[in-house]
Amino acid sequence: MTEPYTANEMMTVAAARALRNDDVCFVGIGLPSAACNLARLTHAPGITLIYESGTIATRPNVLPLSIGDGELCETALTTVSVPEMFRYWLQGGRITVGFLSAAQIDRFANLNTTVIGPCDHPKTRLPGGGGAPEIATACGKIFIVMSQSRRSFVERLDFITSLSHGEGSDHRRRLGVTTKGPTRLVTDLAIFEPDPESREMTVTSLHPGVTHPAVRDATGWPVRFASGVTETAPPTADELAVLRELHRRTATAHGKAA
Amino acid sequence: MAQVLPLGEAIAATVRDGDTVAMEGFTHLIPFAAGHEVIRQGRRGLTLVRMTPDLIYDQLIGMGCADRLVFSWGGNPGVGSLHRLRDAVENGWPRPLAIEEHSHAAMACAYEAGAAGLPFAVLRGYRGAQLPAVNPNIRSITCPFTGEVLAAVPAIRADVAIIHAQKADAEGNVLIEGIVGVQKEAVLGAKRSVVTVEEVVESFGPLSPNAVILPRWVITALAIVPGGAHPSYAHGYYKRDNAFYQAWDAIARDRDSFTAWMQANVLSSGPEAFRQHAEKAA
Repeated sequence: MTEPYTANEMMTVAAARALRNDDVCFVGIGLPSAACNLARLTHAPGITLIYESGTIATRPNVLPLSIGDGELCETALTTVSVPEMFRYWLQGGRITVGFLSAAQIDRFANLNTTVIGPCDHPKTRLPGGGGAPEIATACGKIFIVMSQSRRSFVERLDFITSLSHGEGSDHRRRLGVTTKGPTRLVTDLAIFEPDPESREMTVTSLHPGVTHPAVRDATGWPVRFASGVTETAPPTADELAVLRELHRRTATAHGKAA
Repeated sequence: MAQVLPLGEAIAATVRDGDTVAMEGFTHLIPFAAGHEVIRQGRRGLTLVRMTPDLIYDQLIGMGCADRLVFSWGGNPGVGSLHRLRDAVENGWPRPLAIEEHSHAAMACAYEAGAAGLPFAVLRGYRGAQLPAVNPNIRSITCPFTGEVLAAVPAIRADVAIIHAQKADAEGNVLIEGIVGVQKEAVLGAKRSVVTVEEVVESFGPLSPNAVILPRWVITALAIVPGGAHPSYAHGYYKRDNAFYQAWDAIARDRDSFTAWMQANVLSSGPEAFRQHAEKAA
């Protein structure tokens, strides 16, 4: 008998499981940060977490609200300047996996965090790329975690902030980018992996209780399912306990009621 | 040579209408007190440069100080939008704001190029991304040795760099600790610089020989403003006020509540109001 859990918890747990103990991971704020620290506190205690504020091998006790909370620096092995972080560590090819999220994603996992609507007269001005355009191309591979809906999983991006598999197939390589790009996309409904030929993100695992139509309804393109879709293992009692305790500590530290 | 001045005089002596101003501090050590002083002095037509505009530029933009913004990530970290930035871009309130948008990697390299006295920065960046199509300041250059095509962006050389740091010594040298961001590069790349500090000490005492120190002769003006980075933080002094960052979302969402907050907490106030944030932590 499994303990009840939310779709958001399933997503974070499934994203955390993708990380390995020997990964050097460039961490985005929000969902990626929760997943990366859950991995560190469960099956991957030796993982090296790096935030773009310059903190290397950080072990925060609570999740940072910003990319540069003091907690990250105080618990890091070392802290370098921001130019050094982007030049030596990211561009220098020292990162095995970058963990990203976005406002919009397309079938080839290209990401938009810049604008909704036309660029010169946006309907919604989003924060922008930050570190993502170079994280997306410089890290050995990319994991993406984001909640799924037709608003966020779109047929066509309003803006390509960060390249993933481009127009599919070998487009990424034709642009001179030799890293793998997104090898895994974890949502609150399913896990997607790129098709070996077309590089289109394809459902390879459904979270417990999620149906094919539920995924179709939440995807803005005709979503494809791999042959032999598996079921994601539900969160274990330990994963849930560690994640909930992490969120509780975080809420207390940031001055909000848990 | 660093001159210790009251904050009002330091800003009046260095920041002019139409200047390009870089107030840096990557989440940490953001010079809020100095930014408020720029607002109080009514500066107009500024080009504001900052990787993460944060609340400080939301405030300057909402008060009509800026014509142009050069940035790479314009959100309220972990909370959501910067509503005053969005209102200026989407609706031109209180005045239109031109934007020049980059990635973090490009801006970090551009600051470094500015400090190095180079005209531009080179990076393996923007590959497959759309920003180069909308920002004419993102161009490319071919490596003369390998033929690789790389991205190029202009160096950042501000008229004035403004930063906050932990402490100055009796001679006016400045020590920065913790997340050091791009502050050293911003100051070394700028024509003039203002540094606000938590405190002045007789001597820094024993430090790592590799500590980040700005010698007094690269600083134009120094001002002592305890708590001057609030609601961001000063490592070793006080923590980031994450609750205020969350509260800002509601304050800034509405033009009237924003204007009322700025009137009460900036226009009718002064740098001494920041002291309470330093004392609360002590």
